[in-house]
Amino acid sequence: MKRYFLRKILIYLLTFFLAVTIDWMIPRFMPGDPVTNMIARASINSNAASVMYEYYTHVFGLDLPLWQQYLNFWGSLFRGDLGISVYLFPTPVVDILKRAVPYDLALLLPSILLSWIAGNKFGALAARSKWLDNTVSPLSYILTATPYMWLGILLAWFFGIVLGIFPIAGAYSFSLSPSFSFAFIWDVLKHWFLPFASLFLVGFGGWAIGMRNMIIYELESDYSHYLTALGAPTKLIRKYAFNNAILPQITGLALQLGVVVAGALVTEVVFSYPGIGYLLLAAIQNQDYFLVQGCFLFIIIGVLLANFIIDIAYVLVDPRTRAGMQGESA
Amino acid sequence: MTKPKKINEFLYFALRNKKLRLSLIVLLFFILLAIFGPLLTEYGPKDFAGPPAQSPNSDYWFGTTTFGEDVFTQFVIGLRATLIVGLVGGGLGTLIGILIGFTAGYRGGLVDEILNVLTNIVLVIPTMAVLLIIAAYLEVRSVATECLFIGLTAWPWAARAIRAQTFSLRNREFVDLARMSGKKSFNIIFTEVAPNMMSYLVMTFILQFGGAILTAATLDFIGLGPTNTISLGLIMQYSVLWGALPLEIWWWFVPPGLAITLIVGSLYIMNVGLDEVFNPKLREM
Repeated sequence: MKRYFLRKILIYLLTFFLAVTIDWMIPRFMPGDPVTNMIARASINSNAASVMYEYYTHVFGLDLPLWQQYLNFWGSLFRGDLGISVYLFPTPVVDILKRAVPYDLALLLPSILLSWIAGNKFGALAARSKWLDNTVSPLSYILTATPYMWLGILLAWFFGIVLGIFPIAGAYSFSLSPSFSFAFIWDVLKHWFLPFASLFLVGFGGWAIGMRNMIIYELESDYSHYLTALGAPTKLIRKYAFNNAILPQITGLALQLGVVVAGALVTEVVFSYPGIGYLLLAAIQNQDYFLVQGCFLFIIIGVLLANFIIDIAYVLVDPRTRAGMQGESA
Repeated sequence: MTKPKKINEFLYFALRNKKLRLSLIVLLFFILLAIFGPLLTEYGPKDFAGPPAQSPNSDYWFGTTTFGEDVFTQFVIGLRATLIVGLVGGGLGTLIGILIGFTAGYRGGLVDEILNVLTNIVLVIPTMAVLLIIAAYLEVRSVATECLFIGLTAWPWAARAIRAQTFSLRNREFVDLARMSGKKSFNIIFTEVAPNMMSYLVMTFILQFGGAILTAATLDFIGLGPTNTISLGLIMQYSVLWGALPLEIWWWFVPPGLAITLIVGSLYIMNVGLDEVFNPKLREM
């Protein structure tokens, strides 16, 4: 178990190191120059532009040798300094992101967990059952093939515009100010529901298919046949099959995180939901590079933390990793 | 003599398989539409073809946008870009996955260890985030760059799965025999190992194909798609940005999303069908 965790932690540290390096490298080595772009946007005469250029190069520390820029980048990162947003000048990027993160968590945590639980339950029921397999499985294939934003758009159109029961933009109505009143919480929930539902539905499809296939595979294996031969009740055999099939689904959850996060980004764009995805779109449209970089780091850190939590859960669920038998190789 | 018989047997089960037949028909339909569709329209994707916000009619089959662009024209040209990204991006991802998977699985030892760490790192990094930051700094983006980005970031799970398969084939007797006969490793991989997991490789490519289409749609939608053409993801982005929702211009955003869902869905179902054809245990009798 110690080896398992050491390996995992090593990989996460390496990944983090690499991600920060990418974050530092890309703006410096890509064609085009952010400072030039920024000055070009201000459209001033060329004399002033060159003075501005020197000034900003100095302010951002771009005139230092590369290794020193790199070390400075790490230094300011550990001080929690990700620069100042151009788009929401002069708010520090960290503050903007801190305001957005709660909305992301409110969308992602329930949708990931509930779709995983519900998908596994329905997938397990659908395996080898005639009519459930003929309804749940095709539906799941369609859902998992649906692009997140399209499902979001369809839900917004149908429930928001045609039926008019749900609001389709923002996290709460502008007429209300945040407070702990019933009306406000109800309003927040109503704004939250549609983006949550689109993330939930796409996720549900994928998990249901995965679980159905795993259960069929487990029911075909020797221990299931042996139990059947012994005359064990079907319910018991299915229980064992489920316990075995859930392990790859936990690993799958870790692998799927990046995709779900990307899905949340576009869903937030559809619903103008003020999480990181919505910020990212604004940052890209306004060429606010510090904000883009900050969003990138926050996403990486979030996914790494979630991966680590899933690793711990895996050890709790699979006794083989605890016994040091390396149930799942790192 | 044995070879044609085997292909016949494969075709027999393949054509008998309902899932495979259905998904092939859907895919073929979209491929033909992407090839010949642009010939059916006289407009360019960004031309002001007619009055704004027309609902579908005989002149404008899929209606027009708020700017009076013809949605059908945008749709068929976008379909091309989307299928190309799936084919090339997914193909590149599969190729890298095959190279790394074979090398790691066949060589073993230190090479395997290093490639494994690399695979795990790329696997953990949310690739979308990396794509975002790279794409954000590129001012001119084409379909080719999008294919390249997606291919270079989509390979890890394929590499991992192929490595595991290669690993289990590596110590089989026929591979040992080939090794004793003095064949080069490269030869052994492509004449002994690869043919035995061909079905697996084909299915990997199909999944990469679908994945690349979805990734491209996400990138396009967040505003980082190709700048010099149109794609299905870009049509959806424009429709949301220019108020198709409050104006109820449903014909603007329904076709592109529906096409992506049908293409990716039929790819997934094709995979299940192929699995049943290759693996007799799963066939419905």
